[in-house]
Amino acid sequence: MSAVTRMRTPAEAALIERFAAEKATLPGAAEARAAAFARFETAGLPSKRVESYHYTDVRALMRTVAPDFAGKADGMRQPETDEPRISFFNGVLHSVSNLPPGVSCEALASALASGTARLGVAMGQASDAVVDLNTAFAREGVAIRVAAGITVPGILHISLTDAMAAAMPISSRPRVIVEVGAGASLCLMESITGSDGIAYQVNSVVELLVGDGAKVEHIRVNLAGDKALVLSTLAATLGAESELMSLNFTSGGEVSRHQSFITYAGENAKLRLNGVTMLNARQHCDNTLVVDHAVPHGESRELFRAAIDGEAQGVFQGKIIVRPHAQKTDGQMASNALLLSDDAAMSNKPELEIFADDVVCAHGATCGALDENQLFYLMARGLPRAEAEALLVEAFLDEALDAVSHEGLREALAAKVSVWLSSRKTAA
Amino acid sequence: MLEIRNLHVEIDGKKILNGLDLTVKPGEVAAIMGPNGSGKSTLSYVIAGKEDYEITEGDILINGNSILEMEANERAAAGIFLAFQYPLEIPGVATMTFLKATMNAQAKARGEAELSPGDFIKAVRGAAAKLGINPDMLKRPLNVGFSGGEKKRMEILQMALLDPSYCILDETDSGLDIDALRIVAEGVNALRSKGRGMLVITHYQRLLDHIVPDVVHVMAKGRIVKSGGPEIALELEKNGYAEYTDQAA
Repeated sequence: MSAVTRMRTPAEAALIERFAAEKATLPGAAEARAAAFARFETAGLPSKRVESYHYTDVRALMRTVAPDFAGKADGMRQPETDEPRISFFNGVLHSVSNLPPGVSCEALASALASGTARLGVAMGQASDAVVDLNTAFAREGVAIRVAAGITVPGILHISLTDAMAAAMPISSRPRVIVEVGAGASLCLMESITGSDGIAYQVNSVVELLVGDGAKVEHIRVNLAGDKALVLSTLAATLGAESELMSLNFTSGGEVSRHQSFITYAGENAKLRLNGVTMLNARQHCDNTLVVDHAVPHGESRELFRAAIDGEAQGVFQGKIIVRPHAQKTDGQMASNALLLSDDAAMSNKPELEIFADDVVCAHGATCGALDENQLFYLMARGLPRAEAEALLVEAFLDEALDAVSHEGLREALAAKVSVWLSSRKTAA
Repeated sequence: MLEIRNLHVEIDGKKILNGLDLTVKPGEVAAIMGPNGSGKSTLSYVIAGKEDYEITEGDILINGNSILEMEANERAAAGIFLAFQYPLEIPGVATMTFLKATMNAQAKARGEAELSPGDFIKAVRGAAAKLGINPDMLKRPLNVGFSGGEKKRMEILQMALLDPSYCILDETDSGLDIDALRIVAEGVNALRSKGRGMLVITHYQRLLDHIVPDVVHVMAKGRIVKSGGPEIALELEKNGYAEYTDQAA
């Protein structure tokens, strides 16, 4: 059978043209970029024919490629905060402030050019078309190092895209590489924000190397505008005895896909991956994770909760891989969705690929409406239906939010849940 | 006054209530006794405003005004309180959060001011102490992991705090041991007042030893078939329901 060559979409053609024009000026990592782009050129943008993109057809969703932001980031106000913060403006690195001792940050371009950072270090055996595109084109970004043994106070906030000032659609591909030294402890938040009504495109990749015995909390907050296409990836490798908690918190974007590729590099590492997703109108949000137990004695817990209203669509794809020698792996994954309207939809695809024989692995996926008996009980005590629903939805989502140990941050996120619920009430 | 006039109720085409008439006056404690399947729980749900039932005929009125068009929360604000036979567990909602939300919602519906946080906590603690409810329980998710007795005490606590005009107690004695029954009954008795009517639904007489009713109604096949004083309860205890179920048939 002869191979079928598909027509290039305008977006694919534009990307090919662009890579040819830009590749000579892209900073460092030439080989990695060329290899990534070659894969892209062969396969094109991932469509629903690709199993892992079956529910989120990027080829169909991304017909054109918006230009990069060409202006200067000078117009942006310096964030007024004492917390450590790295800010991007329309995808361009703008400022690095209040970094505590023991934390260093280098611009991606210079780190790649000098070879102090590499692209793809935290991807393990994973390969992904969207990450490849970021790898091929990444110019903007930072390489962060947290020295061994230190505890970074507060939250290191990376504001990846602030498209508040963009009057037109732009695309951005920030790349962040974070190396957390042995025994260090860090709370890292990445946020994607922006104005409504602008069809901007984000393809962000955060690579996280969690050193032996290190503890990392990673919170990804997607509050993008209502026309944004958000493709966002976390790739992490876990050192021995390390702990990673990563929460994906989404209420923004028109189409969002959040990927997490986690690889166990050392034994006795613990992972918690949680998700809180709130969708309305015609939003689409895909949480895709691949947890690769490549070594023995790893523990993973995944809890994804989604509240879906309007005609919105949620997707959960969770794959736990247990490699042949990864004995004593303990993995438990759950995805639960609340459908708040007749037209809301959820696709759950949990997968276990187990090649070892002495493991404990379980998964569960549920979709359902609110419990009418619980609603009646609350209403019989005087709560109007909307308030009763809000109380139940809040309780449902809170369980996934509980994993955030930073109290102020957990409360701030809970407040965002309340705001979402009250906007639902007004809309009804 | 709570009046039920010629109430006919169906669920999925099956007739449950067949022309039920009943009046509960302010200050009155009325008991409804009846065998399993006589429609007692349906009656309590229909008064409280559960949606699954179809009312084909009749009316329910509070002080002369029909409440049939009201949602359950509006009926609660109008003074109806149903103590559930099986109180629902609400995971993730702390009992205190729930109590505050309900009290504020009712105050708002009545156009009254919300309690200040201090007054709220004082009111809850005081009422909880009277019912022997451990303050730690109030921090736990509502009814989750509570014993049968704890759940029923929690219902009475809500009843005390929400200060309703008409209380419907649906099989409040079910699942209670003697000591828990006594505590719950004392809680209910403490809430008896001139302005408050109570409808106590049970199929055993033993609850009525503790909550002594002013009137007893016997319910069978979806209707009230006999009414009288507390002595009826004793008769029923001796002779069973056979006489009434035959009569109603």
